[in-house]
Amino acid sequence: MTDTARPIIQIQNVSKRFGKVTAVDDVSLDILAGEFFVLLGPSGCGKTTLLRMIAGFELPSEGKILIDGQDMVGIPPNKRPVNMVFQSYAVFPHMSVADNVAYGLKIAGVKGGEAKDRVAEALELVKLGGFETRMPDQMSGGQRQRVALARSLVMRPKVLLLDEPLSALDAKLRAQMQFELSELQEKVGITFVTVTHDQDEALSMACRIAVINKGDVAQLATPSDLYEYPANRFVADFVGSVNIFEGKLTLDDPDKAAVDCPGLGKVYLNHGVTGPHGADVWIALRPEKIYLHVPGEGKAVKAAAQDAPDGYNFARGKIKGMSYLGDITLFEIELESGARIRVSRPNLSRHDQEDFTWDDKVSMHWRADSPVVLLG
Amino acid sequence: MALFARTPRAPLEYSRTLWMRLWVGTVMLFLYAPLFVLMIFSFNDSKRNVVWRGFTTKYYEKAFGNDQLVEALVNSLTIAALATVASLVLGAVAAVMLWRFRFPFKGVIDGAISLPIIVPEICLGVAFLMFFSAIDWPTDLIWPLNLGAITIAHITFCFPFVTMVVRSRLATFNREQEEAAKDLGANEWQVFRDVLIPHIKPALVAGALLSFTLSLDDFVITYFTSGPDTITFPVKVYSMVRFSVTPEVNAASTILIILTVILTAAALKFQGVKAIAETH
Repeated sequence: MTDTARPIIQIQNVSKRFGKVTAVDDVSLDILAGEFFVLLGPSGCGKTTLLRMIAGFELPSEGKILIDGQDMVGIPPNKRPVNMVFQSYAVFPHMSVADNVAYGLKIAGVKGGEAKDRVAEALELVKLGGFETRMPDQMSGGQRQRVALARSLVMRPKVLLLDEPLSALDAKLRAQMQFELSELQEKVGITFVTVTHDQDEALSMACRIAVINKGDVAQLATPSDLYEYPANRFVADFVGSVNIFEGKLTLDDPDKAAVDCPGLGKVYLNHGVTGPHGADVWIALRPEKIYLHVPGEGKAVKAAAQDAPDGYNFARGKIKGMSYLGDITLFEIELESGARIRVSRPNLSRHDQEDFTWDDKVSMHWRADSPVVLLG
Repeated sequence: MALFARTPRAPLEYSRTLWMRLWVGTVMLFLYAPLFVLMIFSFNDSKRNVVWRGFTTKYYEKAFGNDQLVEALVNSLTIAALATVASLVLGAVAAVMLWRFRFPFKGVIDGAISLPIIVPEICLGVAFLMFFSAIDWPTDLIWPLNLGAITIAHITFCFPFVTMVVRSRLATFNREQEEAAKDLGANEWQVFRDVLIPHIKPALVAGALLSFTLSLDDFVITYFTSGPDTITFPVKVYSMVRFSVTPEVNAASTILIILTVILTAAALKFQGVKAIAETH
């Protein structure tokens, strides 16, 4: 495990400009050996450019990239110890599956029995054993992707780069491939660096995620830290669904804090936030962390919510929108202030979805450790 | 009609409507009737080529026995083969260059490359005549070097067609394939050989077919560039027709038709179906 702390890719103050457009703006980050690293961001945020610079298809305007301690300046893509799985898979249409997988070995001069064994091993790894003689046009999109994976893995790269690997697959297959990719990564022990705009994909596969916004790293953290402790409004909003309310920090002690939000009312926390007193801050509250009640349950709610030293987190509203999603129901509730808040509620029994309907008056509470105070 | 129409006609089954069948029939008739007339009358046992007087193959024997005609055919095939190879290389390289690189005057070159297609053939012919006499192109070379002038002229009007078909094929190329090959260790030449050439192969076959047939049946430009020793097949046929249209001309033409049909069919069989599947 000592090996996992070793950075395999070091990106140091890298910027990339296309004419006047800055795609990547002074990014520095380390990717550790053996981890599943995800670059997550909206389209056009520079994450693909970053990946292509690691592969060598784009050159940094400034800064440098080190792979396994070696500066990559002046090293073309065909000489780098990384391999890439392309978004379109880029499987060679005129070659059979086996020839596709063997292509890199052929270029590298690996011949005969060894090449054959390695191709068979790689195909076995992606569960395509027996497909050797198939042509790519006789395969489904998912199978073609496995060919692309095997074609890269057979080279035994230090790092495998994947550009939006699951975007072209349908939902069911995507979920399955998420698991398979994680499993594969553990099995081969190669560092995976994946680019995606899909937060579910990132959360389910990654060891660590770098959220990229406008060419810069907005936050680098583990999936659960990213979700539970977002560093700013962009991350909170981009990863998962969230309610954000603007407010003023009125109390900030080591063990308690309070934020006065015009939209939501007073929000109590059971921990300090170490922000400047009276500062403008934002409260981020995830929909699933809000409990929904019929107004009559007031006393029980009060008791449940009394976990902050100075008060309890409570709000009233009226249901303005509902969407039943099977496992959960999403509610859009108009608060007394006129602001709206989203609440999700698990359907624990078959009749749970009948508890509430449009225009019902409801009350809500949440625990004092649920809201996240954001300073930016 | 009712005999075949067992199931009701589906909305888009136009091939089962009477008007469509008549239309297709008419098109076929206009396209192929002259050719069939020519081929049938090559077996006509008559010196004048108007009335049918019985079956014979003697005009084929006569055509094959006509040394000048055979020599013209050999000349034509040689020129076509040489022009095709040269046009393929020139045209494909030009197409790849225009697609791949940025260089000064690219727009001008891009436009100028298709000029030989646009300029009337008669002008090209005269231009070549003047050009070759201006540079004192030797006319007394031994075969096949004496075909040089015609071959050069043919390359000029064939290679833009190759460039055209190769470029349209290149437009469908997925650049990620090139990057994938590089990513797997290939250098520029290996990318070209292993990825780009296989991609444009159908266009190369189509371009070769086009060049070969264009060169084989060209009359105007050849007429201006050929000398007394370098008669090609179309020029020879023309000079024979000037005296009289005998079944011998028909026989020679029939041979040429069959030759091109076989070539096309072979090329299609060799490349056609697979190439279409590869483009997906």
